[in-house]
Amino acid sequence: MAMNVFDIMGPIMVGPSSSHTAGAVRIGFTARQLLREEIKHVKLYLHGSFLATGKGHGTDKALIAGLLGMKPDDERIPYSFQYAKECGLDYEFLGIELRNAHPNSVLIKLEGIKGNKLELVASSVGGGAIMINKIDGVEADISGGYPTLIVNNEDKPGHVSMVTSVLSQKAVNIGTMRIYRDKRGGNAVMIIECDQEVPMEVIELLRKAEGVRKVTYLSMEEKNEF
Amino acid sequence: MSFRSLEEIILQCDKQQKPFWEIILEEDMEERMVTATESIEKMEQLYLAMKHADEVYDERLKSASNLVGGDGARMNQAMVENKTLSGPFISEVIAKALKMGESNACMKKIVAAPTAGSCGVIPAVLLSYEEKYQASRQRMIEALYVASGIGEVIAARAFLAGAAGGCQAEIGSASAMAAGALTYLNGGNQENIAHAAAMSLKNLLGLVCDTVGGLVEVPCVKRNVVGAVNAIASADMAVAGIRSQIPPDEVIDAMRDIGEVLPRSLRETGEGGLAATPTGQEIMNRLIKQ
Repeated sequence: MAMNVFDIMGPIMVGPSSSHTAGAVRIGFTARQLLREEIKHVKLYLHGSFLATGKGHGTDKALIAGLLGMKPDDERIPYSFQYAKECGLDYEFLGIELRNAHPNSVLIKLEGIKGNKLELVASSVGGGAIMINKIDGVEADISGGYPTLIVNNEDKPGHVSMVTSVLSQKAVNIGTMRIYRDKRGGNAVMIIECDQEVPMEVIELLRKAEGVRKVTYLSMEEKNEF
Repeated sequence: MSFRSLEEIILQCDKQQKPFWEIILEEDMEERMVTATESIEKMEQLYLAMKHADEVYDERLKSASNLVGGDGARMNQAMVENKTLSGPFISEVIAKALKMGESNACMKKIVAAPTAGSCGVIPAVLLSYEEKYQASRQRMIEALYVASGIGEVIAARAFLAGAAGGCQAEIGSASAMAAGALTYLNGGNQENIAHAAAMSLKNLLGLVCDTVGGLVEVPCVKRNVVGAVNAIASADMAVAGIRSQIPPDEVIDAMRDIGEVLPRSLRETGEGGLAATPTGQEIMNRLIKQ
């Protein structure tokens, strides 16, 4: 794998493991960005090596730290359980055997203070890099490195062109786009990685569009508070 | 385009009449589309973070498993009392490598170089060198570029993760990177740098990742010491004009070949080697109950 100089040297991070600690913080952080609101309750189902050696690597503390908005170099990571208490974040760790999952994986079920819910499977794939494998039960396989728009809608003609035309009107370039559906005329989902941020007004517009069931957006603009 | 061989870097050094570090800096500028100042500032941040991590070492800390902590201070004490055979410079390197490894295990802030498990090797030798020789900040940053260039080639031809290639991929790579950096600081040319890296990596070929309980603690912390001391020996050999009989890029390929045939139990699974000893198993069982 070709890498740049700073993939080799760095990152600056809280130990002990780039995959079990730094990657876990990034998973938590990305989950929070996807929910886009403060988290009230979370259930974390650890799989494989995350379950076996996670405690010794501080994977549990790292995941909670990320969910609270901390980055991998935040020195408060070891004390994240305490911060969670102070912030009123209620969490629960469980074990799980996920099918066809990377050894360092976690299933996260989130509920925000405004009642929004989100479910995702993510894995730490080495050197602090992560993959979001599933969002709300649908294959996503995104790195979390681009602004990503996820639209769940009825499988009917016109939805894809509606979404792409709204994006082009706002000069948002699509990097990658994948479309799935469970069955003809059933639930469909579009996963779109963009080169630019998608304006909030577009997201609101899509949420109101007929046949759209849910719009989830991963912004690269990091917020300390929602 | 990142470099895929040390030979290619040496060729560029010769062709452009530029030092090793500058070739790597220019490659970063091209790759990430940044200015020299931007790249150097970022590298300086990493160096400062290493320095800071060394300075704030806390001997009272214990890791989650209680297996790690306080050894850096013990080594320091022996050094102060003039009890060591290795003398002040090497003793300082040993103490610094232990401290960084322990800080990492205790969830303190470190710089992955190239990984968190091997984070003590490069700072141990570079910070000790800076203290002893009063080297300028610029020179130390240049040394980090040299180390990164070597790491880049290893990542391209082999691997840097213990789960992929065993400890030789982590401590072995860190040691090769550190050896090259030290050789540069000690006046070696690009050929010397590549051969220091090769000798350093050769000395650690076959080293397995047999972490007790699967944690980055035993034997990782002390392996940082062997990586650092091996780097100094290799750098000294290289500056003396000693060469690796196997060309540097072929040594890296050998590391990959060895890593690929290592059984899974010896690649960061906490199943084989030291992890499988009666005491290793006992510790594992205690951790599970915790």
